[in-house]
Amino acid sequence: MSDAGGDWEESSPERLYVITGGRSGSSTPATLDLVTLIVARSGPAPGMQPEHAAITRICQAPLSVAEISAYLGLPVSVVTVLLSDLLAEDKVLARAPVQAARLPDRALIEAVIDGLQKL
Amino acid sequence: MDFKSSEQAVGPRSEDVLPTTATAAVKVVIVGGFGVGKTTLVGSVSEIRPLTTEETMTQAGVGVDDTQGVERKTSTTVAMDFGRISINEELVLYLFGTPGQERFWFLWRGLFEGALGAVVLVDTRRLEVSFDVIGRLEERGVPFVVAVNNFPDAPDHPLEELRSALDLPASVPIVLCDARQRGSSRDVLMTLMRYLQNLATTQEAS
Repeated sequence: MSDAGGDWEESSPERLYVITGGRSGSSTPATLDLVTLIVARSGPAPGMQPEHAAITRICQAPLSVAEISAYLGLPVSVVTVLLSDLLAEDKVLARAPVQAARLPDRALIEAVIDGLQKL
Repeated sequence: MDFKSSEQAVGPRSEDVLPTTATAAVKVVIVGGFGVGKTTLVGSVSEIRPLTTEETMTQAGVGVDDTQGVERKTSTTVAMDFGRISINEELVLYLFGTPGQERFWFLWRGLFEGALGAVVLVDTRRLEVSFDVIGRLEERGVPFVVAVNNFPDAPDHPLEELRSALDLPASVPIVLCDARQRGSSRDVLMTLMRYLQNLATTQEAS
């Protein structure tokens, strides 16, 4: 990879490999869903990896994992790794998604119906 | 993406910020072939401008964790557009528009896990794309409804004719929609929710 550090593509596997320190999403806990809401416990701290700092900055209000991925222009698989770091360091909170479990929850469905009716 | 060309820092626009009271989120997946109007449907009901998340897939397929020889593999970027509806102060609904091909579904781990259900968006000019999608959802036990996006130049099929063409069980709702219209897209979601409500009621009773 002689052109490393050159004008590599934004989404090139090489760049993403560097950001995650070579880790892949498969080694992270499966608790992070596309719609897990993430809230920062504090703002960016000095010395933080830029991607970590960016997450703590945009998550001052709750954002889903999918939204973080979209705003940072990074794949969800990479964002998941970054979030695992921040969760381990207690820098962010994860609000677990509502699991539709085996049965759809009627109260939940009815809340959604009420909300849609107001659209 | 807009933010890259502007001086503004990356992140949601102020009007796209969720209230801090938002504590729970649910998702619905909109599945359909290329150009069927998934993003249009998502965009017409979403409170935010649809966002895009991308995953990179190597030609060798998904789940291959081999970083050696990475430069020789051709990688494909697959995009998924999504939108958001705040249901109430606490609950947020996310809508994901995903391509019909199942091999793409694995790119986003857990896309269907925990989803309330799915909408299969159908273009009657390319009905064959939907067979596979419907079969896969049935296999996975994901409850779904079918919405036929009414393109102006599409042949006019009665819904029951489409139902039998798609080999759809009588219990699965099928509706016409105009994905460009907010009200119509909202009605599609409402059809799914009423269907789920019936399923839940039936299951509670049994």
